[in-house]
Amino acid sequence: MAPNVHLSIDICQITFIRDFHFFGVRYLGFVETFAEAFLEALNLIVTGDQELLQIVVMSIYISGMAVVLASTWSLVIAILVGTRNFPGKRFVTGIFHAMMGIPTVTLGLFFYLILSRSGPLGYFGLLYRPEGIILGQAVLISPIIISFAISAIESVDPNLRNLARTLGASNYQTSLTIMRESSNQVLLSIVAGFNRAIAELGLAMMLGGNIRNVTRVLTTTIALETSRGEIALSIALAIILLIIVYSISLALSLLRRE
Amino acid sequence: MDRVHILLDNVSKSYGSIIALKEITLEVHRGKKLSIVGLSGSGKTTLLKLIAGLENPSINEVQVNGEVVKAEDLRKLSTMVFQTSAIFNTTVYNNVAYGLRIRGMSDKEIKNKVEKVLSLVRLEDYADRNTRKLSGGEQQRVSLARAIVIQPTILLLDEPIANLDPANALIIEQAINQLQRNTNLTIVLATHNLDQARRFSNEVAHILNGEIIEKAPTESFFSKPQDIRTKKFVSGELPI
Repeated sequence: MAPNVHLSIDICQITFIRDFHFFGVRYLGFVETFAEAFLEALNLIVTGDQELLQIVVMSIYISGMAVVLASTWSLVIAILVGTRNFPGKRFVTGIFHAMMGIPTVTLGLFFYLILSRSGPLGYFGLLYRPEGIILGQAVLISPIIISFAISAIESVDPNLRNLARTLGASNYQTSLTIMRESSNQVLLSIVAGFNRAIAELGLAMMLGGNIRNVTRVLTTTIALETSRGEIALSIALAIILLIIVYSISLALSLLRRE
Repeated sequence: MDRVHILLDNVSKSYGSIIALKEITLEVHRGKKLSIVGLSGSGKTTLLKLIAGLENPSINEVQVNGEVVKAEDLRKLSTMVFQTSAIFNTTVYNNVAYGLRIRGMSDKEIKNKVEKVLSLVRLEDYADRNTRKLSGGEQQRVSLARAIVIQPTILLLDEPIANLDPANALIIEQAINQLQRNTNLTIVLATHNLDQARRFSNEVAHILNGEIIEKAPTESFFSKPQDIRTKKFVSGELPI
């Protein structure tokens, strides 16, 4: 059944969907909710709400550190796998591809068990701390960075590897050269990892606990406010989250070498 | 008598069950230009890769100056220009300077050498240009400059002027000839262009299905080929 849409024209002659029927249900105040959310987001940004600022900074800090941590091992693995041919290479890359789809709650549960007081890493007291979320997110995004970086490295002209070697480069120098040649695409893999991390909810909730002023990030705040019925505030926070994701992606894209 | 610079004595190369080169015996004399001619897929590039140290022979080894040389040491003695322009995504200057930086030379030395070699290939005004934005012919001249700037004792050219316009091909050939007049460089050229082989080289070898079937001084190779398959090849017929 097609949705039954009622249209109205406001004083600025702009057409809005005021409310509509969908499968027999009438949705009221659809536009008003979004308009309110935009105003709320604008208000929160313009007034420099301290709590919001802290949440945003915490989100960027946690996801940023997760990316730094994940990149340290992921790029090494990507170079080792991407620049070499060995038996079972397809199987290895297949595993990383498969790990990209790992459910975050499964990973969250795993880390909850090993980080909890009685777990093997419980001694470090990382549970319900930003560091716990950083560790979990780093593991979560590693297959993304590894898979995309391997594809980036393998897409480099194979002649360049031979070229570097015939010009006297050692295996290490050749790998660095190939890495530099694929740096634009590798950077994209890191951006994809960051975007995955900052938009992540399950791990942040299970390992961070959404503790105010400690582990509260944008996604956990959105979930909390939605459950409390603060839809406009949730949408406002979602808009801010999108702005962050797009701004960082845009900034890194502009940094890419031509 | 010319000294033998590169010697392949019954060298074979196979990839699994596929035999790419079969019992190749080949001498290249110091300071001479040898052309390896043959159909596409006959093994020319594989042969160059063995001499360049980019591939290891399956049977026997490559010898230089009478001594067996491992692949990693061959890579220090020789350099190769590939058929398709393999270009680093950076400026012409950085492309040419790559091998010198690998060798840890000072910036001053690098600048001096790069300027000289860019002048040789007539690209002195292109140093700051992005190499990927140059034409195919200009890119191949960058490739040649990058190969010769490190002053190898062996230069391997894999179809360097295939698909190039006559002007760029001429510049490349002139640069190589000028370089060889000033140095004692040994050059091995793989090509299916018989005209280029005739005007460029001192000797020509014909490779067919991974075997060297004839090798002779350029003049006699074209005027009095001994093998019937070479006769057919130089007269423009299929040798098989």
